[in-house]
Amino acid sequence: MATQTTRPPETRITAGAVTRKRARKETLIRFFVTANGAVAMIAVALIMLFLLKDAIPTFRYVSVTEFLLGRNWYPLDEIFGILAIILGSLLVTAVAILIALPVSLGCAIYIAEIAPRSVREILKPTVEILAGIPSIVIGFIGLVILSPLVKELFSLDSGLTALTGAITLAFMAMPTIISISEDAIVAVPSEYRDASLALGATHWQTISGALVPAAKSGITAAVMLGVGRAIGETMAVMMVTGNALHLPPKLFDSVRTLTATIATEMGEAVQGSAHYHALFAMGLVLFAITFAVNLAADVALRRSRR
Amino acid sequence: MVKETLGLKDIVAEKLTKREAQSGPVSANDTISIRNLSVYYGDNQAVKNVTMDIGARDITALIGPSGCGKSTFLRSMNRMNDLILGARTEGEIWLDATDVLSPATDVVELRKRVGMVFQRPNPFPKSIFDNVAYGPRVHGIRRRDQLEETVEQSLIRAALWDEVKDNLNKSAMDLSGGQQQRLCIARVLAVQPEVLLMDEPASALDPISTLRIEELMSELKKDYTIIIVTHNMQQAARVSTYTGFFLSGELIEFGLSTTIFTTPREKRTEDYVTGRFG
Amino acid sequence: MSAGISRRIYERFIYSLLAISALVVVAPVILIVYFLISRGGAGMTWEFFTSPPRNHMTEGGVFPAIVGTLYLMTGTLVFSVPVGILAAIYLTEYAKQGPFVRAVRLAIVNLAGVPSIVFGLFGLGLFVLALKFGASILAGSLTLALLVLPVIITASEEALLAVPESFRQASLALGATKWQTIQRVVLPNAVPGMITGIILGVSRAAGETAPILFTVAAYYLPSLPRSIFDQAMVLPYHLYVLVTQVPDAPPHIQWGTALTLLIIVLGMNLVATVIRLRFRRARKW
Ligand SMILES: Nc1ncnc2c1ncn2[C@@H]1O[C@H](COP(=O)(O)OP(=O)(O)OP(=O)(O)O)[C@@H](O)[C@H]1O
Ligand SMILES: [Mg+2]
Repeated sequence: MATQTTRPPETRITAGAVTRKRARKETLIRFFVTANGAVAMIAVALIMLFLLKDAIPTFRYVSVTEFLLGRNWYPLDEIFGILAIILGSLLVTAVAILIALPVSLGCAIYIAEIAPRSVREILKPTVEILAGIPSIVIGFIGLVILSPLVKELFSLDSGLTALTGAITLAFMAMPTIISISEDAIVAVPSEYRDASLALGATHWQTISGALVPAAKSGITAAVMLGVGRAIGETMAVMMVTGNALHLPPKLFDSVRTLTATIATEMGEAVQGSAHYHALFAMGLVLFAITFAVNLAADVALRRSRR
Repeated sequence: MVKETLGLKDIVAEKLTKREAQSGPVSANDTISIRNLSVYYGDNQAVKNVTMDIGARDITALIGPSGCGKSTFLRSMNRMNDLILGARTEGEIWLDATDVLSPATDVVELRKRVGMVFQRPNPFPKSIFDNVAYGPRVHGIRRRDQLEETVEQSLIRAALWDEVKDNLNKSAMDLSGGQQQRLCIARVLAVQPEVLLMDEPASALDPISTLRIEELMSELKKDYTIIIVTHNMQQAARVSTYTGFFLSGELIEFGLSTTIFTTPREKRTEDYVTGRFG
Repeated sequence: MSAGISRRIYERFIYSLLAISALVVVAPVILIVYFLISRGGAGMTWEFFTSPPRNHMTEGGVFPAIVGTLYLMTGTLVFSVPVGILAAIYLTEYAKQGPFVRAVRLAIVNLAGVPSIVFGLFGLGLFVLALKFGASILAGSLTLALLVLPVIITASEEALLAVPESFRQASLALGATKWQTIQRVVLPNAVPGMITGIILGVSRAAGETAPILFTVAAYYLPSLPRSIFDQAMVLPYHLYVLVTQVPDAPPHIQWGTALTLLIIVLGMNLVATVIRLRFRRARKW
């Protein structure tokens, strides 16, 4: 501090015009980059806003409870009860996950722990291909290949059933569940494995007793994201479920989901009509469900990374 | 250990005779003044109230055990600590009339004047030419002939020119570790700094490359103020005029290397340079 | 010993189950590709790609739908790539821990989870109606751009994070500004990774149907779109129409359309993978 006084306060490299200009430019860039960072946030906010804006007028025609718990959906008579449709979505999704979970988990364990390198090199891209097939193509295959199969197998009048939809959706949810569970299993610290093996546990005992439990949060997140994917899937499910309303929805019967209802009816709904708003309200319900599911998945993922 | 001590003394003795042969005093004007410098990482104080003056056109070595704050100290001189989240600096550093730590100081201009060579050679995955030309380009030089001139001069100064002059377009990643480090030195020289900060510049290199870097430093000190962090006592004794000994963030002793390595004032310094350090 | 044997049999059994579950995943993929090629391959003539549908879609090809898909992909690219890359730059290079960054990250995660049909509703509400773009390539591209934004951000972020910190340090220590460092050192080394993510994102956009239902897709257009304010025929929607609304569409046209779409989407995936692998092998850091 003593020597400070001996130095001139003016310094050579501060406050020059060049410096100021450069600083201004950098600040501007920072601002611009940050603004772009905020786009995703703005998008989510706008989605919520626009869903709300067009959903709220629905409740001039029905109350919220009537809407959510109403048993009848007759849009032309302005009767908007979506209980059957929500249950339809839940049924298809639940069964899809029931099918997808054991298969995906088995596949993930196989890839992560058992498959020889060469097999793994084939399996992983195949799973990626499955993830990449457009849902409309899966729906098309489901319609022309799977649904006749389901019809034959269970001797039904029609192959367009909740089960067909669930099977289709299961395959669409599998890539998500597999890749995230596999990541979670691979990420388990090797000490766990070593400790278990050192105690004389077999490979399988190590997998089932040490690795999978340690990867639990990651697997939970995987399932959540799978649920989100399944419940939001539109085209495939719309093509293979027949879209008939039943309360309660049955597994071997035609079923109607939220996504399919919006997709099929929005084209006919007059803009600004009660029907139009009711479909937006349905979208809002869908958005709320997936938002919650994704939030849960995110929390689980965060926990698994720790 | 005893042997090593003797080795050190030999080096110093040799240097002393050489120095006597030279004329005039060691650099008198102190170009870098550090006053009460403290650096914190959150609650952890890595540099504690350090005050020292570093002479121009001299090599100053900073020694001390691992984690004693040498790198942190070095990084505060070109404000690289600014990049570390949670790092906080107190005190003052003056580079001539420049208040290094002042928020008003333009770090870009500062870093032009205070170059840094890192522990691991870190060339960009670009050609040799583009690596050396990076600094001048960033500072606005566009003319090809000018760039070529600077690149050549810098590579010559860094004693790398003869090895690479025929393939300047080769990727820098294909050079050996020692060549890469000299390339990094050339890259710094191309910016024409006044001060060179070197954080264990030879620790990742083989003995021969290390020797070349040391020779290079002796050459460079004619024009640059060099501050080098090293764990290698012989290296410090060989190349530096002044040495500062750090311990737990404190500057324990600072003086002529000849003194530090032969007759240090502090017991702790002696313990460290003779390898008796616990 | 017998306990050991029965345990070994038990593990064999378990491993077989695991292998079977892997097979359950793989088999349909192979079957789908097989069906598409065997049933759609015959329809894949030059004429199919270059002629419009004729005679109520019972003859002709998919030319306008391919063109529309290309337009949409281009539009999606234009709107999503700059924002996506800049957002990733924000997250890796500028963001400091805090509530704002947390909100941004949460938004990206949630945007990735928004059902595609909800994107369709949103696109209808904002771009088609509120901004009065009408059902158009512009509205469809913007909608799809939002849909793929999380993919592009996440991939770009990964690519940026893979650039060693020492490159940034070296550049900054030479007196480069932050932006110069990003421009000259960070971005060039992240580009291959970003391209991979961008191609994956756009291929996803090319295959989506639900978001374009109300924002751009046309059932049938006699001529190609002339501006970004025109509607367009698009492959996925065209397939939907062929399968559900044209009962007498010959199978080879349906399967051919599905195969065309699959080739475009998986072809892009393949390109992305090749770029990724080549880059991994080529890079020296
Ligand atoms: N980025 C950082 N964040 C938090 N603490 C740090 C950081 N870098 C260094 N430290 C801490 O500051 C202290 C000094 O570290 P520094 O790297 O300056 O020591 P050093 O003398 O260079 O050690 P070495 O000889 O091992 O390089 C150490 O306790 C270290 O843990
Ligand atoms: Mg250090």
